[in-house]
Amino acid sequence: MKENKKKTEQELITPVAKPVSRRILLGGAATAAVVLLKSSYGQIIQKAISQAELKINDPTKVLGPPPGELGTRSKFEKPVKKPSDTSSRTPLQDLYGTITPADLHYERHHAGVPVIDPQQYSLTIHGMVEKPLVFTLADLKRFPSVTRTFFLECSGNYRGGKETLRPQEICGLTSQSEWTGVMLSTLFRETGVKPKASWFLAEGSDAAVMSRSIPVSKGWEDAMIAYAQNGEAIRPEQGYPARLLLPGWEGNTSVKWLRRLELSDQPFMTREETSKYTEAVKDGKIRQFSFVMDARSIITYPSYPQQVQKGWMEIRGIAWSGRGKIHKVEVSTNGGRTWNRANLQEPVLDKAHTAFRYLWEWKGGEAEIMSRAIDETGYIQPTMKQLKEARGVDMGGYHLNPITSWLVQRDGSVINKPV
Amino acid sequence: MNKLYIACMSMIVFSCNSHQTSYPESKTEHIRQADTTGWPARFGLGRPASAAGIAAMDIDVSPDGTGLPPGEGKAEAGKTVYMNRCVACHGTETTPGDAKLLGPVLISNNPGKAKTIGNYWPYATTLFDYVRRAMPYNEPGTLSDEEVYQVTAFLLAAAKVIRQQDVLNAQTLPNIKMPARERFVPDDRKGGPEVR
Repeated sequence: MKENKKKTEQELITPVAKPVSRRILLGGAATAAVVLLKSSYGQIIQKAISQAELKINDPTKVLGPPPGELGTRSKFEKPVKKPSDTSSRTPLQDLYGTITPADLHYERHHAGVPVIDPQQYSLTIHGMVEKPLVFTLADLKRFPSVTRTFFLECSGNYRGGKETLRPQEICGLTSQSEWTGVMLSTLFRETGVKPKASWFLAEGSDAAVMSRSIPVSKGWEDAMIAYAQNGEAIRPEQGYPARLLLPGWEGNTSVKWLRRLELSDQPFMTREETSKYTEAVKDGKIRQFSFVMDARSIITYPSYPQQVQKGWMEIRGIAWSGRGKIHKVEVSTNGGRTWNRANLQEPVLDKAHTAFRYLWEWKGGEAEIMSRAIDETGYIQPTMKQLKEARGVDMGGYHLNPITSWLVQRDGSVINKPV
Repeated sequence: MNKLYIACMSMIVFSCNSHQTSYPESKTEHIRQADTTGWPARFGLGRPASAAGIAAMDIDVSPDGTGLPPGEGKAEAGKTVYMNRCVACHGTETTPGDAKLLGPVLISNNPGKAKTIGNYWPYATTLFDYVRRAMPYNEPGTLSDEEVYQVTAFLLAAAKVIRQQDVLNAQTLPNIKMPARERFVPDDRKGGPEVR
């Protein structure tokens, strides 16, 4: 009877236990006991309880599974990406800290995820170089390696206009990982990039043979060829077995499944840098090669569809900038009339998601809460109105980083404020 | 010595704190060296890329025509290719501009939100490059160079950029001036307080 001492959620009146055999213990789902329960209406009812139901609330009475080959997520936790035909969005509201679990990293690809045998993989560097070379994956791993943390973000990372949007829908096309690989500058050195080379083509081996032109200066500055993510081989969705990584730049330029780099003295004007990933600005002009992701932040708690209770809470979120470190995040709880400095989680890394927190007492009543990121260049995350003023009403859908507002309503429900 | 050190460090820390409200003057140091030092001039890794190996994968076409293969094509033949291989996703000339198609509308000159070859694409060479590398979506890379020239001619003629009888080849394609070309400007965002 000892195992019934701890009460289940329903009040347990009189347990009448059957003899427990080894078969029942192993079987789990078989009826283990018949109990009398008081229902929420006060009636006494008789209910059969399975062994599994009896034990679930008392882990001290059940032997758990032995050590395994792979860990698993708790069956009570089900964070999932939100896929569309072309992309899949990270559940920012379900995450803690700043590292995105690899299986929740956002996806954006142009012709599906290719299967690449690491034994067959190679990266060719040619064009304006002294020595055109082909590197195997093993070659890449033999070079001096670098590990660093930074965010990736699709430049089309904005949805708005509805109250029923979660952070995942609004800006779930950003994620953060710890990446390991070889600096591209190391490979530039090895191949002897010629001084007149000013651009290089990065080309993937997916079914779109996705390609982008990148200034050589970025290659010397901080570009990486990454083969690992969060301590393990990079995931297929993120470019297995190796990808280009351009810190702070729009995700499309960090070409996955990288097979070839061609050095040149002019951009190649690929489809992705002409008809896509360019945006209308004022006077009928179209902005091209808009690589850097501007500073942005979002409050992930509280957010739609969460429900808050009166009293103290920690407003939480993330902020990031493609131009460097986050200098400061400010939070407003009155629709932008006054701003308060949030705490930043240290260490604040260059071109990385930075967690922020602000302690707030909700006394009931409507409140509009919002955050704005300020980066080390002094850039202040703008409102949608400011973006429209700067770029014109016909501005394209890329590089939109407006302040997100959440409306806390009288009943504690939280909705997005459409802008 | 230790006391002096602590005093100095305190001054540095305090002076840092007093500057917290202003923005750092210098940008972040971008150059990151690998953790190991004492590098040789070359590591000697990788094997020389053969000319044949490069040629097999060097499929890009530049705006000046570099990379265009031999062959040629005209719009009439391209229409056949289009109707057989492209129309299921991209629609026809009479498909309304706002139709919800699997692929983007390619042959509409309707001004509006849809970015088309006629109203948006700045270089004709991009069309050849992209069709050859990535299309048809369900069978990428299966069109012959001749077919790519043909369908490129069809799309440019449908967009009224070239005439129906024009022949596209490695010489003529780079000379085409696309209507939207002059609209393209470099990125002028540069950080700092101004929203651009």
